[in-house]
Amino acid sequence: MPLKSLAQLIEAALFAANRPLTIEELQTLEPEASLAEVRAALDELREHYDFDGHAVELLELAGGYQLLTRRVFMEAIERAQLSVRTPRLTAAAMETLAVVAYRQPVGRAEIEEIRGVSAGGVLRTLQERGLIEVVGRSEGMGRPLLYGTTALFLELLGLRDLGELPKTEEFSVALQPHKPEAADSEEAAASVPAES
Amino acid sequence: MSTPAGPTSALGAEPAFVVQLDAFSGPLDLLLHLLREEQIDIADIPIARIADQFLRAIHELGLNQAADYLEMAGRLLRLKAQMLLPRREGEEGWEDPRHELVRRLLEYQLVREVAGWLERAAERRADQLPRGYLPPAPELPPLPLTLDLLELLRAVEKVIAEIPSPVLHRVVARPLDTEGATRRLVSMLTEREEFTWLEALGPEPTIVDVLSTLLALLELARRGSIRLAQSQAFATFVIRRERQPDDLAAPPTEAPDAAQVPGPVD
Repeated sequence: MPLKSLAQLIEAALFAANRPLTIEELQTLEPEASLAEVRAALDELREHYDFDGHAVELLELAGGYQLLTRRVFMEAIERAQLSVRTPRLTAAAMETLAVVAYRQPVGRAEIEEIRGVSAGGVLRTLQERGLIEVVGRSEGMGRPLLYGTTALFLELLGLRDLGELPKTEEFSVALQPHKPEAADSEEAAASVPAES
Repeated sequence: MSTPAGPTSALGAEPAFVVQLDAFSGPLDLLLHLLREEQIDIADIPIARIADQFLRAIHELGLNQAADYLEMAGRLLRLKAQMLLPRREGEEGWEDPRHELVRRLLEYQLVREVAGWLERAAERRADQLPRGYLPPAPELPPLPLTLDLLELLRAVEKVIAEIPSPVLHRVVARPLDTEGATRRLVSMLTEREEFTWLEALGPEPTIVDVLSTLLALLELARRGSIRLAQSQAFATFVIRRERQPDDLAAPPTEAPDAAQVPGPVD
């Protein structure tokens, strides 16, 4: 089914942009369209890609919308050297990002305390890559800089917003101290319905 | 950096770890690794054993990361000493000195798990490409400058174009008409015995006229044809005939130098 004109306009904008576009940005394409109409057009576009056999899909990323190739094509594209994957971050960078993402705004001293290593170099690298930014200064001694994650961080991870990060309780901490037997069995019983 | 692959003599009967320190992101990571290898319950860490293993592992550590690891080594050794202090069975108020270490290890373990989740999310995201994908370098420092000659010249031209153009004078050499001035002065002297410098210049003299006249006067004075007199400083000087009018145009004793002065373009 051919797209309606608003959906076409949005498709053109998403194609032309090199970053996720927010719904407000998309609305400026057609000032007479309401946010609801823009949303409906985005849905129309998403369905168009999903059901009419397209190689790209419409994704919600970093508070905006972006067209991305479907993951099934990645291997072939990479093999043909037509594009490259985003290079992986080092373990140190990922750990630092993890601390910043969950503790933001957070200062360098706290990051170093949690990770047990000095963090200056990693913080600088992450800042240069635009994944974290200075979001303020602590009121504490020396008014140290406080860091937070950026929209690019969400984009890198394919997240809509920080709310998509899993809650810390969801992580199974492998080295939990031993609990009394009763607690263990209770926990085991509780986890059964969740698994089924 | 490599670590000893084979068992060292100090290890005795204990199996040797092959520990690649580069693979660890810090002392807590290394410590977790040692606990896992030994299948140690984190609630009851045999501090003495772990401290020794930790020290052995960092033995070959380079100085760069040494500070972080050595700090942890120091902490472990202090714990080891604290654990050796005698205490009564079931003593009230005794706090396990390992408590703080356990808390940090658990916290760090959580960070590791979160980092793993982020890593997997990034991996999944990296499977999909945006249009016209560029390797991500949004805020890298600028690339080293590479230019070919043409680009360099263009850049130089641009810079030069932005220099405010100064007022340029083209310097043209113009010959002074000393001979003409001499003729004029001689004809004036023929008629009058005395006249002033301003009269000698005539109406509306150009700078060339002034200089030509001055040189002619000096030359005539040098020949002794005239005398230049000035009544006081800065007063107009007076030109007075010294010889008979018919003797005035006598040839100079030596040829005057060709005098040329720069003058502004009109």
